[in-house]
Amino acid sequence: MRFPVILHEHLFSNPWLMQLSAHDLTCQRGDRLLFSGLQMDLQAGQLLLVQGGNGRGKTSFLRLLSGLSQPEAGEVRWNGESIDRVRETYQQSMVYLAHANGVKDDLTPVENVQIYAGLRGQKRVPAEIEPVLVRMGLAACLDLPARVLSFGQRRRVALAGLLVSGALLWILDEPLTGLDVRGVAEVETLLREHVQAGGMVVMTTHQPLRLQGVDTVMLQIGPVMQVDGSVSAPANEAA
Amino acid sequence: MNLYHYAAPATFYRLAGRWTPWFAWGAGLLTGIGLYISFFVAPTDFQQGEAYRIIFIHVPAAWMSMFIYLVMAFWCAIGLAFNTRLSFLMARALAPTGALFCFLALWTGALWGKPMWGAWWVWDARLTSQLILLFLYVGIMALWAAIDDPKRGDRAGALLILVGAVNVPIIYFSVKWWNTLHQGSSINLTKAPSMATIMLVGMLVMAIAAWLYTIAVALVRVRGLILERERHTDWAQEAMKALKEA
Amino acid sequence: MWRFLLTVIRRDLLLAARRKGDWLTSQFFFVMVVSMFPLGIGADPEQLRRVAGGVLWVAALLASLLSLQRLYADDHRDGSLEQMLLSPQPALILALGKAIAHWLIFGLPLLVIAPLLGLQFALPPDAIGTLVIALAIGTPVLSLLGGVGAALTLGLRGGGTLLTLLILPLYVPALIFGAGAVDGVLAGLGAEAQLSLLGAFMGLCLLLAPWVTGAALRVSVD
Repeated sequence: MRFPVILHEHLFSNPWLMQLSAHDLTCQRGDRLLFSGLQMDLQAGQLLLVQGGNGRGKTSFLRLLSGLSQPEAGEVRWNGESIDRVRETYQQSMVYLAHANGVKDDLTPVENVQIYAGLRGQKRVPAEIEPVLVRMGLAACLDLPARVLSFGQRRRVALAGLLVSGALLWILDEPLTGLDVRGVAEVETLLREHVQAGGMVVMTTHQPLRLQGVDTVMLQIGPVMQVDGSVSAPANEAA
Repeated sequence: MNLYHYAAPATFYRLAGRWTPWFAWGAGLLTGIGLYISFFVAPTDFQQGEAYRIIFIHVPAAWMSMFIYLVMAFWCAIGLAFNTRLSFLMARALAPTGALFCFLALWTGALWGKPMWGAWWVWDARLTSQLILLFLYVGIMALWAAIDDPKRGDRAGALLILVGAVNVPIIYFSVKWWNTLHQGSSINLTKAPSMATIMLVGMLVMAIAAWLYTIAVALVRVRGLILERERHTDWAQEAMKALKEA
Repeated sequence: MWRFLLTVIRRDLLLAARRKGDWLTSQFFFVMVVSMFPLGIGADPEQLRRVAGGVLWVAALLASLLSLQRLYADDHRDGSLEQMLLSPQPALILALGKAIAHWLIFGLPLLVIAPLLGLQFALPPDAIGTLVIALAIGTPVLSLLGGVGAALTLGLRGGGTLLTLLILPLYVPALIFGAGAVDGVLAGLGAEAQLSLLGAFMGLCLLLAPWVTGAALRVSVD
């Protein structure tokens, strides 16, 4: 089943003009300098794959992009303006999937997604949410509290939240963790549809991804690992 | 004058090192003079006898404990507004001294209270607000101690200090009000007998000595904090080598 | 903005409804602490009446600290706090919503329980009425100021104890005015002055606390 990617029409008169860039980003965690002088530029219709070994600062980089953390130096810009200055517009256009899913154990998947949308100022009725959850393979557990779901299923609930939000920019930290083969294939399809419709994705993964036909940009953080040229990250690096 | 130049850690470290002895010697000298005035020059109070002499320590300590809190709040506001890391370090360096003076004020207050009121502790408005101020100092230092990440610690502590700074006058007012309701006018500190000029001079000299002491100690502490934060830079490692050799 | 605020409040109420045990704990704590006092200081009605206002208020402060530990901690642990901070609305609205929800879950039931405990402490009806009004004005202060502490101590070792150290001194004005209102009625002086001061303090907290809490959340999540 195909489900159209909804983009926020009133916000993006032309999604193809959107741009996310990082300028001279420096990130320090405690005593460790993770990276400095990092440059990045991402246009609409592109996917940025962030690569680097464990503890090199991939997650820190994504948190800087999301605006949750402040960089030691440098800045992140959305359409040429610092995200601190256009925070509201930026956060309207952006969703961030972290390691933790942000799924409440005591609520059902439908309630979780509904609240997620509500926090973004969107009203969504269950009839709008259920098809997305069904697409994410959660048809059997729409009314169960998330407590009884497996880790991978909770990940799917969080991904359904992204879809329902209709945001332009997806920042995904290891979206494939805990997903089974079919789940991975589903996410690949989602990514392809989203990027081809003019969306933007920034993501990290340690799993191989098939992204034929997707305009993919690579960003290396830390020293280059032994990569054989394909998009896949080395298997021994899997967290 | 370029303030940012002086706010650079390496520059400030050197400047602080040069200033510290002056403040330290000044503090020592004035403490000597102040104590001489308080014990030998100031006359015996005809109401309170010799015990009153403790106010030469008590009053400056109480002043300092409040001033230091305000100065910390000032540095925290600067730090949050302009993102200057040195300001947070100043606040951190001042807090222990503020708590020390606060404790000193409470202790000397108790020592004074025994002969004056016949009790070590009286729930007087000033003593009570002093006690709550000590709690605030303890809370701030506990928060700093609990946060490992220096950046988060700086900012969290600064927010707490600012909330406290807004709250301190309200606390003082409420405690004073509570005090008048519950104690009536049995104890009245504000109606102190008019003070001889020489007593006032002694108290002022002691207060200035306390200021200089605070500055000297804060500079020493800020130097330590700067070295700790900058320990990965070349200049800090050279400075530490120099310290070890000395 | 309203939808965001309402979603935050509704979300916390929904979560509280699913986990009744969590918030009932702090209500029972309140009842138990208050009930310990007659056992400790004796059951003389005259004496109980004199200390009732103070005892109930101190117990309310302690009970609020107990429930505040979890105000942001659970959301922090499962990642939903980050999601809420990433919503397009400023963090101060989030803090305000959380404080309102906390008051509805913690403060409102307290208003219902307090009169019963007031009866146990031999309070006359007019003093009980004042107690309830004082709690109604004063408990929002506990939720608002406590939110600052909860945000500052997010995810720290011994966060609960630390929260107590940070926040109890800041509660002092609420305690003095709140308990003072009850004493004022008992002394026949009326409680208007205390209640107005308590209201002013609550207004100040309402203006400043959400803002500080929002900033503290950003600092703690960074």
